Amino acid sequence: MAIVTESQRSVTRSEVHQAITRQKRHIPTIALGVALLVAVSFTLLTLFALLARIITQAIPALTEKGSGFLTDTIGSEAGKVGIWPGLFGSFGIGLGVLVIAVPLGVGAAIYLEEYAKQNALTRFVIVNIRNLAGVPAVIYGVLGLIIFVGWLKPVTNGGSVIAAALTLAILVLPVVIITSMEAIRAVPLGLRDAGYGIGASRWEVTRDHVIPYAMPGILTGTVLALARALGEAAPLIMIGAITGLLPETSLSGKFTAIPMLIYSWSGRPDSGDGSVGWSNAAAAAGLVLLVLVLAFNVVGILLRNHFEAKRVGS
Amino acid sequence: MNGLLAVADLRGDPRRRAHDRRMRRLLGGSALVTIVVSALILFVLARGTLDFLRSVGWDFGILRDSSKAPGWFPRRERFDLLTIFTGSVIMGMIAMLVAVPLGLGTAVYLSEFAPSKVRKVLKPIVEVLAGIPSVIVGYFALKFIAPNIVNPIFSPDQPRNMLVSGLAIGVLVVPIMASISEDALRAVPSSLREASYGIGARKSTTTIRIVLPAAVSGIVAAFIIATSRAIGETMVAAMAGGRDGSGPRTLNPLEPGLTMTAAMTNAAGGTDQVNSGAPFQVLFFVGLLLFMMTMTLNVIGDRFVQRVRQQY
Repeated sequence: MAIVTESQRSVTRSEVHQAITRQKRHIPTIALGVALLVAVSFTLLTLFALLARIITQAIPALTEKGSGFLTDTIGSEAGKVGIWPGLFGSFGIGLGVLVIAVPLGVGAAIYLEEYAKQNALTRFVIVNIRNLAGVPAVIYGVLGLIIFVGWLKPVTNGGSVIAAALTLAILVLPVVIITSMEAIRAVPLGLRDAGYGIGASRWEVTRDHVIPYAMPGILTGTVLALARALGEAAPLIMIGAITGLLPETSLSGKFTAIPMLIYSWSGRPDSGDGSVGWSNAAAAAGLVLLVLVLAFNVVGILLRNHFEAKRVGS
Repeated sequence: MNGLLAVADLRGDPRRRAHDRRMRRLLGGSALVTIVVSALILFVLARGTLDFLRSVGWDFGILRDSSKAPGWFPRRERFDLLTIFTGSVIMGMIAMLVAVPLGLGTAVYLSEFAPSKVRKVLKPIVEVLAGIPSVIVGYFALKFIAPNIVNPIFSPDQPRNMLVSGLAIGVLVVPIMASISEDALRAVPSSLREASYGIGARKSTTTIRIVLPAAVSGIVAAFIIATSRAIGETMVAAMAGGRDGSGPRTLNPLEPGLTMTAAMTNAAGGTDQVNSGAPFQVLFFVGLLLFMMTMTLNVIGDRFVQRVRQQY
């Protein structure tokens, strides 16, 4: 007994065929796809507009000054400025992050992943680190102002590059710890068990097996932390980085950094006569900062992708 | 060698064990540094807040400016908290109006619609956007968003205002919104999608009725954490907000405004460096409030992230 007639069956069959072979368009799916594409293109457009703006504005300042832009000191005319004091300050900050935040952060991550017992104290430390990662940068500036500029004045000599490096090292510490912990957690347990099985101590297993295996992940965290520290300006304002002329660069004297120069120069009025203005100088400093920060970011992302691909394969 | 093995032999060389204990203490010490940092932040903010309240004579009335034109004028000892709070909230809301559609849209596209080749290119680009320093976004706000977008459409009185600043903060938090939501969407097991397709649902139905509800706690987490970042953002608000350290209370986004963060940088690095007295100390008080606001948001956001991890 046929419940479905032959004609009905052929209609259903053709409908199913059309749906499967996508001959029949489904309007809501297309609408959703278009809406999502609009959102994605807006995001991309913003990025490209930003890059295009910085580059086109930077070219006049860079062509006028050439390589002197990197090596000259800050001048009082937009067409004649260099960013050497800023580069010096940013270099000091980067060095501080490498020397202070990376060893401390990796050490803390090793302790939390390899040594610490799973108890309330460990959980508290981890929750605290997550919270520190979300504390606004300007608050770290307040901390730096009181602790490193005030209390540790004998060491830092007030608002110097050393104070800035310490402040930003503390700021990126949670980033280093969290990425390093993830890298260490991804080390297979079998590697540790093999080490303990032949009588190695916990530190020996960590030093010879866990750290080398987790190294790419730790490096990624380091690179991302460096990029973050180089771009921060708010804590530097708090600890008194200067924005004016800085004839001499030293470790113990007044300092500035590239983000501070961009902040200061973008607020200054342009002459408007078509010559190289402060906004061109700010864009050129911005381009230098972007190149530095994005290079670090790209290295970090590539390292992480390489690292993830290797994990899947092993 | 009598062939017997005592327990002491299995413990290994005492020197190596002592070295292991030393390393344990050293590494534990670096983990404790993070607790010290938190304690110092709280201590510094609390002490400064007490100093501030003492120097205004515990007069809490000073925090509610009841004059005809209430505002934040620290040099004249008028600290109307509502002025900087509304500034932060308005710019934060404008930022989230940008970040939610762009960030969530990008996340859904990346996770559900993008072919894997497109995804491989697009995801690093979004991550590059996340790495752009806020001071550069501030420059972009002043030299592109203000003259090329906001001025031609709204023609405000001042080129620097809360709308310009809010839009730029939005640009800054889009990647945060996108990456946390995308993690949540990708954590939804594909068996749910397959079951949905199996009973004949289309892609749009599956995405809207199955995947998004399943990932809702992660998306809420993304929203909360992005909001916290928007409120804590300093450089863009200081550069594009339009007020140099003082101004009247206003709700109009086309007028210049002051955020809590910008009020702090102005108190610390104002033109005349008076690092004493209430106009300076108020930065600790504002800092403590900001710290508590962002911390509350982050803790709630983190709870939602953990819930996603537990579910699947």
